[in-house]
Amino acid sequence: MEELMQQVTPNLYLYRDKFYKSCLATVEMFWKAGLIAGVIGLMLGILLVITKKDGIAPKPAVYQTTNLIINVFRSVPFIILLIFLIPLTRAVVGTAINVKGAILPLVFGTVPFYSRQVEVALSGVDPGKVEAARSMGSGTAGLIFRVYLREAVPDLIRVTTVTAISLIGLTTMAGAVGAGGIGSFAINYGQNQNHPDIVNVCVIVLLIVTFVLQSLGNGLSRRTTNRGLLPRRHSAKEKGGQV
Amino acid sequence: MIEIRELNKTFHLENSDVEAVRDLSLTIDDGVIYGVIGSSGAGKSTLVRCLNLLEIPDSGTIRIDGVGEIELRNGKPWLNGKRMTAREQNNMRRGIGMIFQHFNLLDRCTVFENVAYPLQHTGRSRKQIEKRVCELLTLVGLEDKTNVYPSQLSGGQKQRVAIARALAAEPRILLSDEATSALDPEATEAILSLLQAVNRQLGVTIVLITHEMAVIKSIADRVAVMENGRVVEEGTVYDIFADPQKEITRKFVSTSSLLGKLDKLLEENAELIRVKPGEMLVRLMFRKDCVGEHLLTTAARKYGFDLNIILANSEYLHGSPIGGMVGIISGEQDHIEEGLEFLRQNHVSAEVIRDGRTDAAGHAESVPVS
Ligand SMILES: Nc1ncnc2c1ncn2[C@@H]1O[C@H](COP(=O)(O)OP(=O)(O)OP(=O)(O)O)[C@@H](O)[C@H]1O
Ligand SMILES: [Mg+2]
Repeated sequence: MEELMQQVTPNLYLYRDKFYKSCLATVEMFWKAGLIAGVIGLMLGILLVITKKDGIAPKPAVYQTTNLIINVFRSVPFIILLIFLIPLTRAVVGTAINVKGAILPLVFGTVPFYSRQVEVALSGVDPGKVEAARSMGSGTAGLIFRVYLREAVPDLIRVTTVTAISLIGLTTMAGAVGAGGIGSFAINYGQNQNHPDIVNVCVIVLLIVTFVLQSLGNGLSRRTTNRGLLPRRHSAKEKGGQV
Repeated sequence: MIEIRELNKTFHLENSDVEAVRDLSLTIDDGVIYGVIGSSGAGKSTLVRCLNLLEIPDSGTIRIDGVGEIELRNGKPWLNGKRMTAREQNNMRRGIGMIFQHFNLLDRCTVFENVAYPLQHTGRSRKQIEKRVCELLTLVGLEDKTNVYPSQLSGGQKQRVAIARALAAEPRILLSDEATSALDPEATEAILSLLQAVNRQLGVTIVLITHEMAVIKSIADRVAVMENGRVVEEGTVYDIFADPQKEITRKFVSTSSLLGKLDKLLEENAELIRVKPGEMLVRLMFRKDCVGEHLLTTAARKYGFDLNIILANSEYLHGSPIGGMVGIISGEQDHIEEGLEFLRQNHVSAEVIRDGRTDAAGHAESVPVS
């Protein structure tokens, strides 16, 4: 393996330690920013759906404010956002470089996109189902957790996949302002030092990751369409009786 | 008992207001199947949705046994003199089951989980829930579908699950909004029998919304006819069928009877219903107090007129016969007159639709007498 690497991609072999480190940095940025952005984006998406005009808890002021903030952040290109957020990042985490400094901008770059996607996914839930659940006495919390989030699972998986893939793209850009990771490795050691093999391998790695994420998302989404993820069985026979 | 008094609900749209329910008062007795019929947009759905506060009415009162008196003050519901909290509204809805045209089952939940939905998070143990769900699935005849997902069920089966789910929390009232409108005739019949069984066996009061008179005819005890947000006619199903007062009611009644074809024939001015000079096209309606007494043959014999029957329909509604026919009467003028008079005296409603004496060509507009 190592021999093969040495032959086919000699430059990468030279910098293999840096390469592994970069991969790890990307992974770290990905899951940390992804987790935080996922939670915040999901909450904002829910907030948008329930507070909108025909939502289950209409609050026009809340909806419009949230909507505006999301639109503003969505319309700023990420690379600008990165620079714009440097002071804030410094104030919050103490540094604007390295992986640590990249998380905050990544979250800011992902949340608006993700919350919008979540909103779309949740809006796809048939209002009839919500109405039926309301007729059975479910309150706002019940409707969110037992109807919206549950019925929208296949769509939520789909939009989460799309967001995850775009987040990987963002992590490579964050590398450009000194966060490290596979993106900056490709630029600094591949492009700038004229080592095409390094660039190629980085591209292939990113392609594979994207492909795996996409297939995973598609598969899960399909598996959860019109059914639960983990089948739970109940026996009907044991006690029938009178009603 | 459900008592609705002066209920109003207006929807405010961008550039217009829709008065979906206007000054509507209605009393629905315990244990009946109460039909509400009306054309699309008449306000039927809005009315039932107001009953369980899915839609908050603008004004009026709703008294429901076991719940109390809900009064609307400034568009906010008050229960027994106290402002109703969201929690109280949810609790109230739990006591009223509802089923829908498109079933509205949760697709990612099994049949079991769907039926268990209203039972969960209500302090019931898992055992209790399982037992109750099994009872319900037995009631609706779907014991063998416990772990199946809705996408694998037929429309009729989905509606059965929806009925089981609506009954899970043992409501005394079941609201049915066009529950059979998306089903084929066979499934419709099966669901209607199930609803009837639910009504008879469990004593659940059913409010049945529909735009099909056949549905009303097959299981409802009483019926209210709605038009433009108002109840324009109300009574026992038999009375409404035998003697509809309002134009809209007549229209609905005729859709479920062979006699309904008359309108089409009139519209086309078909050969079949042209009257020659001296003849009359009449519609005779026989009610429970006059069917089966050979009235028609008696009259024909006694007064010596001929009746050429074009359309006829007779059936039993809640055990009472009801019949009607459309035909052309010919014979001597006095005899026809006397014959019709005889029939009317015997409670047959006789309506002259075309009178060949006034319009020889038989193109006359319908001239209702009686
Ligand atoms: N949420 C709403 N917002 C605005 N207008 C509404 C709303 N719900 C109902 N309406 C209007 O109120 C009127 C009555 O509607 P409703 O749904 O009660 O009629 P319906 O008798 O049930 O008709 P259908 O047989 O088509 O179901 C209609 O004109 C409808 O457009
Ligand atoms: Mg309706």
